Amino acid sequence: MRFVVPFVLAFAAAVATSAASDDSAALAIAGPQSPATLSAFGFFDGGAARPSSRLIPYELRTPLFSDYAAKQRFIYVPEGAHIGADADGKLIFPVGSALIKSFGYPAKSGGLNVIETRVLLHQAQGWVALPYVWRADGKDADLRVGGRRVPVTFAHSGNDLSINYSVPNKNQCKQCHSAAGNIMPIGPIWQNMAFLRPADARAIVKAAPALARLQPYPKWHDSRTGSLDDRARQYLKVNCGHCHAPQGSASNSGLFLDGSATGAAALGVGKRPVAAGRASGDLDFIIAPGLPDQSILIKRMESTDPGIAMPELGRSTVHDEGVELLRQWIAAMPSNTH
Amino acid sequence: MRIRDLLFVGAAFCALVQPASAKTIAVSPGEGAQERLQEALIAAEPGDVVELAAGRFKLSDGLSLDVNKVTVKGQGALKTILDFSGQQGAGEGLLVTSDDVVLKDFAVENSKGDGIKSKGADRIVYHKLRVEWTGGPLTTNGAYGIYPVESKDVLIDSVFVRGASDAGIYVGQSRNIVVRHSTAVENVAGIEIENSFDADVHDNIATRNTGGVLVFDLPNLPQMGGHNVRIFDNIIVNNMTPNFAPKGNIVANVPTGTGVMVMANRRIEIFDNVIGENGTTNIMIVGYRFPFQDPKYDPLPREVSIWDNQHSRAGWDPKFPGGAEIAAAMGGSFPAIFWDGAGGSEYTPVIQDDVPALSLGLKDVAANTAMAQPAPLARATSRPAGLPAIVLPEAMEAAIR
Repeated sequence: MRFVVPFVLAFAAAVATSAASDDSAALAIAGPQSPATLSAFGFFDGGAARPSSRLIPYELRTPLFSDYAAKQRFIYVPEGAHIGADADGKLIFPVGSALIKSFGYPAKSGGLNVIETRVLLHQAQGWVALPYVWRADGKDADLRVGGRRVPVTFAHSGNDLSINYSVPNKNQCKQCHSAAGNIMPIGPIWQNMAFLRPADARAIVKAAPALARLQPYPKWHDSRTGSLDDRARQYLKVNCGHCHAPQGSASNSGLFLDGSATGAAALGVGKRPVAAGRASGDLDFIIAPGLPDQSILIKRMESTDPGIAMPELGRSTVHDEGVELLRQWIAAMPSNTH
Repeated sequence: MRIRDLLFVGAAFCALVQPASAKTIAVSPGEGAQERLQEALIAAEPGDVVELAAGRFKLSDGLSLDVNKVTVKGQGALKTILDFSGQQGAGEGLLVTSDDVVLKDFAVENSKGDGIKSKGADRIVYHKLRVEWTGGPLTTNGAYGIYPVESKDVLIDSVFVRGASDAGIYVGQSRNIVVRHSTAVENVAGIEIENSFDADVHDNIATRNTGGVLVFDLPNLPQMGGHNVRIFDNIIVNNMTPNFAPKGNIVANVPTGTGVMVMANRRIEIFDNVIGENGTTNIMIVGYRFPFQDPKYDPLPREVSIWDNQHSRAGWDPKFPGGAEIAAAMGGSFPAIFWDGAGGSEYTPVIQDDVPALSLGLKDVAANTAMAQPAPLARATSRPAGLPAIVLPEAMEAAIR
């Protein structure tokens, strides 16, 4: 009998508190069952365009490219809890927090046509990643652990571009959000963040005063915010460094783009491919200094063939502007550095 | 509550949340196969079997498994087919990132990148699988057929691989490995053990590849210093498919017509194989010949022993720079066994096979092969004590009985 008591108590607590919205979020985040609908969390008030006032919206100075999708990012922290930070500016979220990210494309009628919302939930045992796909009426989103392809047409450089947008499956969430086999938020890093409400930034600094001394990271496409080298490395860090890290999904490549590389080869300079297969495109080096056309890194960024394209997930279009930045970066490297 | 009581409650709680018994999740081909199969691979719990019905699963994306102790089982490598010819994303057909997984009795066809990859997946078993690019050897095929990497305890048994534009069976940066009873046909490399420790490759057939069995070690990787590999009781014949690897990849440098090739590595044993009809040579032992900057990397092969192999014809068409000239000087044929000579006499392989063996007499790995100073290698009268057999955890062997 003594073993049954905790369950009864937990159930009673759940029933007693399910009315209040903050408590429903707490229960939905805590697990162990993954809610079938996004509305169970109470993050949105009947549609992706109406986030709860309890969410902290933010943007990234250099974001991950995801097929030109527009993204809306939010942090949820339980009432009374605080966000901390480590010495590198990586935010530390208390158990019960969630990171929420919606993906969509501008609607012809104006506004954003949101396709999916991904949540990262900080449970007591660790983080859990779940993808929710919005219904056609836009009122709620359903859990789709197996992922989904959604046909999308959007305007890019004056043309209409049609793609099969990929909602990642639960395992693919982990492929990027993983460190040593565990799910982790990729950041966010304070220096790469911009808050839409100044009070939110002030509250975070108040709880973690050391953040105030950190200099913002460059914006990848704004030359006033950093040198070409700084911006290119920041772009690589955000777009590639989550897998290409010593503890990431691409650890076996020995190519580390997360800022940890100490030698030229680990950054790709003069490094020969290992498991690239046809993705080498008949080229010898990941980065051939001074020669973007001879660099496998550029070749793979310019491809949409799944056997060649990098990043492997979430990209069925070429990020022309990102490729241009890295072309300039490689072209500016002295060609005798290896 | 005292600590003992807490532990007791904890144990009881764990018992309650464990699945009552392992279950089988059945998945059939047809409409929505991609999402249904992927959801089954996510919903599976430790101990479960995901059972694939016979037929062709037409898949639009890569699949992945991240749950420990799951068996994915089809109705046979000719009957249950995961068809990735319409794949739109992901770098491989099936990706496994969890431990104690058994994959058996199904096929993966025409994935855009690698066939089946397992990363950091300890104690993985690949059994009675087929991974094939059905158009045969084409540069546009994916790189690796079966591709375990960064794993401890790997068993690959009774698989068939065809058409990989790099290696059919590739084991990278792993340790404690057995590859046996398998067939590799029309790949660039039939079977390749790379940057790995402790491997037995035995009772396989490698034929019509560019190179039959490769043991390589490469610089600038997290795990280097490959060693302790035994290659025995294999049939490694007629590996004459012209090299179709995209340039830039290390296997693009494998000369067409290579039986066994050892590059860098130490303590390699090659014995009791049938090796022949390989136009460049039957057994090649060489250093890593590209410039590199990695103080931890050793480009030279050492402690290679070769005995009791049964050789047939080799070396009538050596496909590397300077090879034809050496063959001409030797009366028209290149020897069945050769070593590049790099590192000097203390690196000399121990050879007891009854065939001509040659050192190219190259001083080091930087020396041009066209500048070879060939000299015959004497037959050794004794050899060092052999490496122990690889032993895998009993549960892995039990999984295929």
